[in-house]
Amino acid sequence: MAEIITEKLSHVYSAGTPFESTALHDVSISIPQGQFAAVIGHTGSGKSTFIQHLNALLQPTEGRVLLDGQDINKDKYTRRDVKRKVGLVFQYPEYQLFEETVYKDIAFGPSNMKLGKEEIDERVREAAAFTGVSEELFERSPLELSGGQKRRIAIAGVIAMRPEVLILDEPTAGLDPAGCAQIFENIRCYREKSGATVLIVSHSMDDVARLAERIIVFDRGAVVMDGTPAAVFSRAKELMEIGLSVPKAAELAVALRDCGVGLPEGIFTHERLLAALLQVREGRKC
Amino acid sequence: MEPIIVFENVHFNYPGDEKESLHGIDLSVTRGSFVAVLGQNGSGKSTLAKHMNAILVPNEGRVLVDGIDTADESSVLDVRRRVGMVFQNPDNQIVANVVEDDVAFAPENLGVEPKEIRRRVNAALRLVGMYEHRMHAPHLLSGGQKQRVAIAGVIAMEPEIIVLDEPTAMLDPQGRREVVDTAFSLCRGKGMTVVLITHHMEECIDADRVLILSEGRLTADGRPEEIFADKALLEREGLEQPETARLLRELREAGMKFPGEALKIDDCANRIAQALQAEERSRSSWQKSSPKS
Repeated sequence: MAEIITEKLSHVYSAGTPFESTALHDVSISIPQGQFAAVIGHTGSGKSTFIQHLNALLQPTEGRVLLDGQDINKDKYTRRDVKRKVGLVFQYPEYQLFEETVYKDIAFGPSNMKLGKEEIDERVREAAAFTGVSEELFERSPLELSGGQKRRIAIAGVIAMRPEVLILDEPTAGLDPAGCAQIFENIRCYREKSGATVLIVSHSMDDVARLAERIIVFDRGAVVMDGTPAAVFSRAKELMEIGLSVPKAAELAVALRDCGVGLPEGIFTHERLLAALLQVREGRKC
Repeated sequence: MEPIIVFENVHFNYPGDEKESLHGIDLSVTRGSFVAVLGQNGSGKSTLAKHMNAILVPNEGRVLVDGIDTADESSVLDVRRRVGMVFQNPDNQIVANVVEDDVAFAPENLGVEPKEIRRRVNAALRLVGMYEHRMHAPHLLSGGQKQRVAIAGVIAMEPEIIVLDEPTAMLDPQGRREVVDTAFSLCRGKGMTVVLITHHMEECIDADRVLILSEGRLTADGRPEEIFADKALLEREGLEQPETARLLRELREAGMKFPGEALKIDDCANRIAQALQAEERSRSSWQKSSPKS
């Protein structure tokens, strides 16, 4: 299982043209093996550029990306190795389904790894189980299934390669609340059972607050905050100022403090908010 | 309260599908109102929306838009002029290379006079806050900006009704706010009828009315305060109660008293702060008076 480190990573798009723009600036970050980290930031903050560096889809303009201590853009690693170790699920991955059947689609990655038939079969079933794709669907065409099902099949296709690092770019965008909850549960389950490092880009702050151990905030190509959900969301006001949303409970806590209710810092879940309010009420009774 | 869209016992199933996508919908939308539609993926929300401008017509029952039966093929254009649609993916809705050309596309096709097109395009772009970007290339805009250009393109037809089918699903929180604020300003400022289909409950809290669709049936219909206070209903529909409503409910269960519901963050915080102060006042007055008794 793998640790990812970026050292002074910078990326400039269209360098030397009138459209030159710096998307990442001096990003040094280390994500230890097995961590569940969330990357947040608004559109254009550089978060997608960042994650595309982690499996060598983009090359740094400056700086390095290390996987288990080795530079992923140097000879020792082939592109193929990197892409197998670091699985990237793009936004709207269901648009990338193309095979005739669900089974073949999930099997596409492992089939390219020159594995035996049995091994492929085992991995397909395992990945389908992780993502809640029923085996009854295996012979159906993925294109005729619902959006939520397609999304989970696409994620299964990446999980079937048993990546050591799993990166997902907004995996719940466009799904209904039940569909979102299911995807988050699938990811949590994969991480727990496989020990993989998981990096997730998401706008669903309430889910991020609940699941991630660490939150990395991007703004204008740089990391502006990095810490536990409690540490990051206790700066709810700053997050809102750079145009990000925060968990509703954190937003309410900010509004309550503005109304003169003396709440402690670090409130970002419903349970904590409720408990803190009841405590304030008890305190005033004495 | 004049109805502008009326569904009468509407049934619909897609060709080859055994199950009905709409299962006897009766609905009447008041002119100038803001109606939000919630429901899970596959509940029939988009199918419902597509019946509002005759992209789909019922297998049974009928849909009237401003009194026109959408099944009457000779009036399809009259229906579509009245009802503008905005879809989920902004990239699929933009046809031109310059923002203002894109907005002009519909009125050009309707044969509107060039001078009038100019006026409408400018007005529409100002309304959605994209006038400054009128000479830009759409593909270089953010998702929220693109979606506002798509809305401007619809407004330039001067429809009476605008139907937005998950317009914010692909946007970040900021883009989402831009689009929803624009939709509300069209309704409150311009008197347009707006139907907003969404998964995001916080986008519905200012609506006049919230509908919940489930397996092709309307399972709830009421003011946002009513709908979001009903925990059992939301659970049944796979929706989570908004944080504000949930907090007030649980504080009530713990014995605090609040008048009515407050779905907005600031309103909710104010209610709670006031309730805490009120409790304190009643206690201190009780403490002052108690030694005498």
